[in-house]
Formats: sequence, C-alpha cells, structure tokens
Amino acid sequence: MSEILLQIDGKAVKADEGKTILQAAQSENIFIPTLCHHKDLTPYGACRICLVEVEVRGRKNHVVSCLYPVARDLIVRTRSETVDKVRRMILEELLAHAPNSPELVHLAQEYGADKDRYERESSFCILCGLCVRYCAEIKQKNAVGFIERGARREIRFIPEIASTECWSCQECFSLCPTSAAQATYFLTEALAFPGKRKAPSDSA
Amino acid sequence: MPRLHSAAELEELRAGILSGRDPEMPCIAVCAGAGCHGLDSGRVVSAFEEEVGKLSLGAKVTIRATGCHGFCEKGPNVVISPGAICYFEVKPEDVPDIVAHTVKGEVLDRLVYTDPDTGQKAVHLGEVPFYKHQTRLLIGDNPRIDPMRIEDYLALGGYAALSKALFEMSPDQVIDEVKKANLRGRGGGGFPAGLKWETAKNAPGADKYVIVNGHEGEPGAFMDRALFTGNPHLVLEGLIIGAYAIGAHQGFIYTRHDSPQLIAHIERALAQAEEYGFLGENILGSGFNFRVELHFDVGIFVSGESSALMQSIEGNPPEPRSKYIRTSVSGIWDRPSNLNNVETWANVPQIISRGAEWYTSIGTERSKGTKLISLSGHIMNSGVAEVPMGTPLRTIVYDIGGGVPGGKAPRAVHLGGPMGGSIPERLIDTPLDFDELAALGAPIGAGGLLVMDDETDMVEVARYLLEFLTNESCGKCVPCREGMRQMLKILTNITKGKGKSDDIGRLEDLSDVTGVACLCALGKTAPDPLRSMLRYFRDEFEAQIASGTEAR
Repeated sequence: MSEILLQIDGKAVKADEGKTILQAAQSENIFIPTLCHHKDLTPYGACRICLVEVEVRGRKNHVVSCLYPVARDLIVRTRSETVDKVRRMILEELLAHAPNSPELVHLAQEYGADKDRYERESSFCILCGLCVRYCAEIKQKNAVGFIERGARREIRFIPEIASTECWSCQECFSLCPTSAAQATYFLTEALAFPGKRKAPSDSA
Repeated sequence: MPRLHSAAELEELRAGILSGRDPEMPCIAVCAGAGCHGLDSGRVVSAFEEEVGKLSLGAKVTIRATGCHGFCEKGPNVVISPGAICYFEVKPEDVPDIVAHTVKGEVLDRLVYTDPDTGQKAVHLGEVPFYKHQTRLLIGDNPRIDPMRIEDYLALGGYAALSKALFEMSPDQVIDEVKKANLRGRGGGGFPAGLKWETAKNAPGADKYVIVNGHEGEPGAFMDRALFTGNPHLVLEGLIIGAYAIGAHQGFIYTRHDSPQLIAHIERALAQAEEYGFLGENILGSGFNFRVELHFDVGIFVSGESSALMQSIEGNPPEPRSKYIRTSVSGIWDRPSNLNNVETWANVPQIISRGAEWYTSIGTERSKGTKLISLSGHIMNSGVAEVPMGTPLRTIVYDIGGGVPGGKAPRAVHLGGPMGGSIPERLIDTPLDFDELAALGAPIGAGGLLVMDDETDMVEVARYLLEFLTNESCGKCVPCREGMRQMLKILTNITKGKGKSDDIGRLEDLSDVTGVACLCALGKTAPDPLRSMLRYFRDEFEAQIASGTEAR
C-alpha cells in the first residue's frame, strides 16, 4: 500500500492510501471534532461536524473528514470561518435537543454555540446512530434501529429482540452522547415487556 | 415472433410492418396519458371501439390508445391522422359524430381548438398555439404509438439507432458522438452524459451497470412519466445503446411503485424487446448481451437521488451516501454504475441516428437539444411541452402556456421543483438554458415550470416547499434534518404573523450551512427556493414580519 503525502493545517502528513482525512489527522494528533464517528464502525458521515475545507489543484471544497479519502497534494484546513460556522450551527441545532449533553456542551464552548438559539425540541436523541450501527455491525443483533424519516426520524428498540438481548449487553448506552439510547430502551421495556426480560441463554 | 438475428432481419421486419399499413387510412389516437386517463379517456376509447364495431368500420379506421399528447389542460385529447386533426375535451357522446366525420374525410368543427381571445379556430396540431411553438423531437411520436405495441415503435424507425450503434460504431465512437452532442443530464444536474459514460467505461471492473432514473418524485414534474409511459421503447433503446458504449451487461430501471400504467407499459416493453432480440443474449446477432431489471421505489422523494437510488436497488433503505468516489466508478455493489434520467436516455437514439452535428444545431451554446417542460400552476394551458433549449421563458409561459388565467400578471416563475428557485416576472425573457437559469438561482432542474400569479404569497410558497422537503428528507444528516426543521418553524411563525426581527438573518444562516454541509444534493439544494425568494421577494418577508410584530 502506497503512502500519500498531504498537508493538514500547514503540516506535512503521511498517510496510507485508502485512509480518511480524519484518520490521517488523528495519527498526527490534529483534533477534528466528531459525534457520529466510532473507530470500530463503518464511517457514517451523518453529523457533519467533522467537516473540513480541502483544496485540490486550487479548488476549494467542504467535505466530511470521516469519509473523504486522503489524496496526494491534498491541502486540508480543519478550521476556517465557514468550517467554524457550520460546526457552531450544527451544535446549536443539536443543543435544541440535548442542551446538557457533556460532549455537546464542551464543543459548544469551543465554537461559541448558543444552546438557546433554537426552541427546545422534545426528543433528546441527536440521531448519531452509534447505538443502531454498533448493534448491527459489532453485536449483529439489530435490536435497535431507525424508524420514519426526515424530522420524524427516531431510534426504536425492537421488543422481540431487545427483551432477550439488551439487558446483558447495554454496550450502546455508554456510546450514546445524550443517554437517549438508555432512555429509549427503558421506555420500550416498560411498555412492551415489563418484568419479562430474559437472558439470551433462556430464550432458546 | 422469433428473435431477430441481424440488422437485415430488423429492416425486413420493419418493411413488413409498413407494407401492412395504409398511411391514408384514418387512425384515431386517443390520449390515455395520466391527465386524460383521469378525465376518463378510457371511456372515450371504448366508445370509439363500440362505434367502429357497430358500423363495421374495422377495416377502414384504426383506434389507438396512446401515451400523453401534451395538452393535458384540454383533455381527453384525440388526434386523427393523416393530417393530425386535433379534437379537445372529447366525451364519449362526441364519438359517433367524430367517426361519421372522419370516414367522410371531414372535420368536426365544434371540437377543434378555439382561441379564447380571438375566437380563431385551429384544426391541425401544428396550428394549435400550444403545439405551434414547440419542437417535439421526443414526445412528438406519442400520438403515433400504442405503448403496448412494439410494432408501432418499429414502424417509426425504432431500434434503427441501436442497430447502427451495434454494427457500424465502436463503443468509443458512440461515446464520442454523445460527447460531441454535448448531451447534458436532464434530471437536474446538467452534467455531460458522455463524460459520465466515459468515466464508467474506463472504471476498473468487469461488471458495470446502467440505470434509468425514472423516479420523478417532485411535485409539478410529470414529463418523464408522460414520455416513459407513452414511448417506453425510446428510453429502452437509449439505455441499450448506453450499455453497449459503456460495456454494461446489466441494466436497472428504477421507477415509481404507484403508477400502474407506467409499470404495465415498461413490463410489456421489456418482454417484447426480449422476444424480438433487442435484449438478452446476442442482441440482433451482434454478440452483445444485456438484460434489464425493473425496480420500484419505496415511496420517498429522496430515493430519486442517485446514491440513495443505488442503495435502494441493493435492498437497503434509500439513504444517500457521500459521493467522494463517483457512482460512475463505485455505485451499486461498489461497481461502476452509470445513472441517467429518463429524458437523457430518450435523447440518445436520435443523437446516434441523426448525428451530433444535427443535434448541436438545436439549442444554445452550452445547452443543446430540446427540453421537456411540465407546465403547471396559474397558467391557461397546463401540460407537457417540449421546446428547444434557449427558448425564452416568455414563449413558454405566454405563447405555449397561454398566460395567466383572468388576464393577471405572473408574479413569479418557479423552476426546478422543490429544490429549484423562483424568479420574478421581470426576468421572463431569460432563455431556457442550464447555466443562465442556474446563475439566477432558478435551475432548470428536471423541467417543472410552475407559474404563480400576482396574488401569490411568496412566503407561503417558501414554507410549503420546505414542509415538503422536511417530510421527504431521509433524516440521516444533521444540517438537512435539523436545519430544515428550524427553517420550517421560522417560516411557519412568519406566516402566522409571529415573525421576529432577526428571522431573516437566522434563515440565511441556516440555509448557508445546509447548503454547504449536507450529505447529498437534496440537502445541499433544499434551501435554494428560500434563497431565491429572499433574493427577489425579500420585501414580502420583511413586510410580513413587520406587520405580524405590529399586530401583537
């Protein structure tokens, strides 16, 4: 595999072909914020907070670093007026859902995001999909998934699977930046299978 | 019908079909396109069949149920050849009269077009104002074709372009011709089709796919359905030529699950093409193999976005993915996948038959050929029109469209559907050109043209379009899902008289970020209608906010 030389924030960075900008930056301890990224999961590109400015042969573009592959002579800027504005706005939009999420609050300070710019939303899930993708890709159980679309999109635990799989796992709870996964699970349990959770070994 | 094994056999078959047809024998073509169908044209067809049966005229008159003729406003449409005599708003009761006149070679005066202003009559299709200003290269054959009969398509020279491509041209020559013709994608992007084909052809991998995007999910767009339902073989022939050029052996048609007539016509066309040897193994004896599968959408607008469409064909939810590697290099199952829209494919046969030089003689410097337009809104003549690129919008709105009902002035012309833009009446002399309209913030898009009269509330239009997109977004990425949620809230408040002084600033911030940061083209262009309205009709937003504030 050939090694590629690119530039991130003025610094020459080497990365293997096929790596993403985010991976190249992380290997050099250059910080790019992420919310929906997890090193063991397929890059998803949904939160868009890892957006950076790239320049290829003089042409500037904005791309998400978790998906954009490194390329020879690529110039990457992890901060710019536009990049910062995008991150600030994304944070403000998400803070309308989860104003107390430690991750969001921390990033909000960095980018000057105002948690009260938009009216409070009822759901505190930010739909990063970490729980959904972790359950599908790592645990291969698909106990939690997305339903609906657009502004009505939600995560939902599937009672038939959750009642046997989730109690002994709970690994997605700690991945969740807002604790919405945990809340959604307990709501599902309370409504769909109260007092009936089973260990996986009992279900066969 | 045995499969055809050579170009000569195709021409022999064509000659046979033509020799069995008397061009002087009257043919009554009844439009059974979506609009006329809704106006009960099925009963008109039955009435014609009954009448002809009753009078035993079966050997003297042909009845044909066809695809959309275009002039939906005046449906059900009937066109009688030879002479292309047009009758409008035909009811089953009119049928005996029409038949009696037709067999005598006479015109039934009371059903021909009458100009609402001058009272002047127009008998023949070429004299009707709606048609007179059009150049109907793609949709003009619709009245001459029963979409369920491949013979009708063959009688008009169908599949001759495929035969020419297979036996007289190399794949590279086909791509060169399409590049020289500067055919640009009709689905909204306007990307040069030849370049896309070349990318797919040169991409590594033996398995390649070609795809017809027949999703057409946006409100106010109905031209692809009119063309595809009315002349399915034209699109299919274009697709097969493209597959030959690119080196694809598998094609997909992705279209709507909720258009039964369209589905029936496509399925029939695929079966007949296979039967005649235009699909399958060893097409026309050329050694080229190609198959096509029909796929249906899942009832969500974003599944017309190319990467979402490909996800859907793979069996996944139709959520777009980042196209940092183009789908023409890595698409369906990570294989090179060349997607074009219905109308783009339909342009291919004529480019091959008549050549790029002829094709580029139509249109403007950078936008060639004709464009199908769905005309709707506050306009006299709604329907499907086809005009050369470069036609001024004024011609489309006034000469073809007949202007705004009640003699009112248009306030705005909206192009490009829910991700397009509105331009004010003063820009109505702008030519229909990909680049000129995009620069004004109202891209041609797929070809929906909506006219809005001078009583239209532009803030409400912006709100309506955002509501549509908020519901049709897949909801995967934050700037699209959350950005539109907030834009819609702000706009809804303004229309309810609860606007705040900083609303326009917040809307501009939200649309800037949505435009830069979204994952797919739906999200990136979602704020475009709002932007165009803030650009040209800002005073209306300011006035509504100000008056709302006062009222409280």
